[in-house]
Amino acid sequence: MEYIAITSIFCATFAVAFGAIGPAIAEGRAVAAAMEAIARQPDAANSISRTLFVGLAMIETTAIYCLVIALLLIFANPFLV
Amino acid sequence: MTSPLDSTVLFQIGPIQISQAIVTTWAIIGILVVGAFLLTRRLDLRPTQRQAALELLVTTLDTQITETTGAAPAPYRGFIGTLFLFILVANWSSLLPGIDPPTAMLETDAALAVLVFLSVIWFAILAGGVGGWLKSFATPNPVMIPLNILQSLTRVFSMFVRLFGNVMSGAFVIGIVASLAGLLVPIPLMALDLLTGLVQAYIFAVLAMVFITSALEQGTPNPANTDLTPKKKDT
Repeated sequence: MEYIAITSIFCATFAVAFGAIGPAIAEGRAVAAAMEAIARQPDAANSISRTLFVGLAMIETTAIYCLVIALLLIFANPFLV
Repeated sequence: MTSPLDSTVLFQIGPIQISQAIVTTWAIIGILVVGAFLLTRRLDLRPTQRQAALELLVTTLDTQITETTGAAPAPYRGFIGTLFLFILVANWSSLLPGIDPPTAMLETDAALAVLVFLSVIWFAILAGGVGGWLKSFATPNPVMIPLNILQSLTRVFSMFVRLFGNVMSGAFVIGIVASLAGLLVPIPLMALDLLTGLVQAYIFAVLAMVFITSALEQGTPNPANTDLTPKKKDT
């Protein structure tokens, strides 16, 4: 019983911590590439930033999956009750 | 601490439990419907200030739809515009004290995502018939059929989890900071929440639009791009 609670808390923390690494790097690269594209072609800034926003949302989803898993582990853990 | 996955039940009608999120949703629907009715009651060829503001809103929506998809905005304006406005008002309703945004609850987001899923099917069938819709699963070749079916489900799921995760985490962080620090400390976070709410509403609407037209262009030989980019924004 206590072991399950301890493991759940640890795993939730690790899920958020390691799950944030990949999306953070990916979003940084995406924004950097968009900045470069806008600097090279300021006319296309509108369409570039729109595509950037949609792409960022897609990338961010992976981090949010990790957050949801962490919340499930803490608040809705089926093994804890 | 209350779990963000649970919803608080206010009262019960027969066997149906009415949660706080549903009551907030009803209030938002009422405000939007009554507001839309009152604002569009007396439209004129020579626009008043109020009508000009409304026209600006609708034109911006149309431009966004056309620029995102290259399709004529008229068939999608109602659905996409309502989706955007509802999610925006729902996200920003957290600014009123004592109100949790209904989009921070799983069931509201799930309902919105199911609406998008159904509307993708609806618009695809309208454009290409049932055969065209079924054939759109076999593009680019029939090997992709299971992947396409899986994709049409997972992208709806990811839409709903994305909206839930963003809005809920914003409200949750504000709650934690308010309970730790005090009265005025969460204000910068609430300002950030405003931005997140706007961006999430925009992204939800744009993604719905992209999904709808992607199913459309596979189904029909000619996409409906009759008035492509009617006006260009100069920024």
